[in-house]
Amino acid sequence: MTEIPREEYLHKCTSACAGCSDSLALRYVLKAAGPDTILVVPACCTSVIQGIYPNTAFKVPVYNVAFAAAAACASGMSAALRAMGKKTNVIVYAGDGGTVDIGIQALSGAFERGTDFLYICYDNEAYGNTGMQRSGATPVGARTTTTPAGKAQKKKDIDAIVAAHDPPYMATACAAYPKDLFSKVKKALSYRGPTFIHILSPCPPGWRFPAEKTVEMGKLAVRTGMWILYEREQGKVTINGPSKAAMVRPLPVEEYLRAQGRFRGISSEAVARMVADARALAERLKKEEEGTC
Amino acid sequence: MLTVATGNKAVAAAVKEARPTVVAAYPITPQTEIVEQIAEYVSSGELDTRYIPVESEHSAMAACIGASVTGARAFTATSSHGLHYMHEMVNWAAGARLPIVMANVNRAVGPGWNIWADHTDALQERDTGWLQVYVGSVQEAYDAVLMAFCIAEDERVLLPVMVNLDGFLLSHTMQPLEMNPAGDFIPPLRLPHEIDPGNPGGYGTLTGPDDYFKFRWDIERSMRDSVAVIRETEDRFFARFGRRYGMVEEYRCDDAEVVVVAMGTLGKEAEVAVDLLRQEGVRAGSMRVRWFRPFPRLDLSGRDVVVVDRDYSFGFGGILARSIAATTGARPFSVIAGLGGQEVSYEDIAGFVRDRRPGEETWFGVTGDV
Ligand code: SF4
Repeated sequence: MTEIPREEYLHKCTSACAGCSDSLALRYVLKAAGPDTILVVPACCTSVIQGIYPNTAFKVPVYNVAFAAAAACASGMSAALRAMGKKTNVIVYAGDGGTVDIGIQALSGAFERGTDFLYICYDNEAYGNTGMQRSGATPVGARTTTTPAGKAQKKKDIDAIVAAHDPPYMATACAAYPKDLFSKVKKALSYRGPTFIHILSPCPPGWRFPAEKTVEMGKLAVRTGMWILYEREQGKVTINGPSKAAMVRPLPVEEYLRAQGRFRGISSEAVARMVADARALAERLKKEEEGTC
Repeated sequence: MLTVATGNKAVAAAVKEARPTVVAAYPITPQTEIVEQIAEYVSSGELDTRYIPVESEHSAMAACIGASVTGARAFTATSSHGLHYMHEMVNWAAGARLPIVMANVNRAVGPGWNIWADHTDALQERDTGWLQVYVGSVQEAYDAVLMAFCIAEDERVLLPVMVNLDGFLLSHTMQPLEMNPAGDFIPPLRLPHEIDPGNPGGYGTLTGPDDYFKFRWDIERSMRDSVAVIRETEDRFFARFGRRYGMVEEYRCDDAEVVVVAMGTLGKEAEVAVDLLRQEGVRAGSMRVRWFRPFPRLDLSGRDVVVVDRDYSFGFGGILARSIAATTGARPFSVIAGLGGQEVSYEDIAGFVRDRRPGEETWFGVTGDV
């Protein structure tokens, strides 16, 4: 399952920023999905990375749709394809804004109806495409262009919201762990019904770190416990290896925060909130994994 | 088969004949009966379609778009605020050249909250690239839906079509209905730009200034071509089922010195007014505008024109009256009447004709300072 094919479905030299981990994640997603796939992309960095008409950076068809509409559009597409007897993968590939903010209604509707599709949210924790404004997924204390003093509210827990819809499969991932991501996409696509993968996507210009440190930043997020890799299969939680290790011996959170310009000057209260939230999530997941909650 | 039915039931019955692959809809008064009836057809096995019970109208149109772009026939129905909630996607459907058919049950836009007939809901969508037809009877609602699929899916058009029927006045009124097995009347859908993993491309990608205007022009060219397609489809429909309507339905216009122009049920009411006026010796006629997009050519030269608008563009005027003035050079007497279901009888319309003052606008029922 972790044999990553050599075929590329994303051409080189796209208009992504240097070190963009969204495009890195997309590369592995497409390798796992293969050519019989349609991507549905709402307004986000990926719709820019795709290039300008008549060109496209992808070797699979991409349907670009309005910001709030991706999951609903995929519902129609999936219904039509299945009615015509086709097995084509329908994958929504949306940013955090299109998922946790403006697209959440369509997302919820599609999951409640049991649409046969995979919804992927690549999460760079801000509106990257329009120049780094806050989104519901921006963590507390992070500076964005619309939270110049640091965001006052905590990151919206989209995974808990999706989990409440009880999909057959959902997972978190990060492009810094490509094999893990690859096998999760494969697994998600093996299920019928709605599945969800939430990919943390470190973003050099948005998070303000050097472009060559993208993979390192993803690993730091996991090793400090600020991003937990896990799966929820038929309701059963499994915490994945790297996060298991981090739960035993985590790196100090400060290492993750200090490496990013967006957290410069963050208040100690905001750090404390962030750490407390991450710990609470880890405890909850551990209990769920053990079946003690 | 001859029966009696409401406008909503007629629309649903026509959709059953058209056999769409996907129907996605959200209920709203006075449209609900359409989607309820379709859901009923699907659950009883009379109609083999995927019915997607979406969570909003925005998603209804998005789901139709997703279905249509994969080469499936898609239908939805809505009204008023539902239509406006899907406005963004209404643009998307036309811009993507998808032959989706939608029934819109014309209803006023709030506030104040009002569920009765008014054309302003659909007319606010007039610049989106959708073809729009307004019907005047239950039979016509049925026939227009059948023809809408043929027109939308014709390669020279490939634009979505909105079939408009007046809330309650048609949606909930029983009238005789002749239903016909459509069989092969609507040819199988062939979408030249159907999305295909075997031939990957970007659909609706970022489009720069060098190409965007070409796509816009392409929509306009198809709008113009659709006039011939509408005519051909009506001819084919007439040959098969014996009914036809035209872009504009004329009534006793040949020797008319004054013509009433209106849309929907007001246009039908105007025909009765014409009969009354003729008895009084007034040489009156009526032109019921059916297709508002593409906008028809009306021959009004040398006649007085009375336009009755069940709609309004604030700070500008009656939308139909202004459109007629702009395209024909006529100076119509513009009457704003029937807003939000306000009752307008044929006697009222006869009164508008008797009191006509070319170039002026009046609001029916508003007294004092107008
Ligand atoms: S802004 Fe961030 S997510 Fe968007 S393309 Fe640039 S690096 Fe990638």
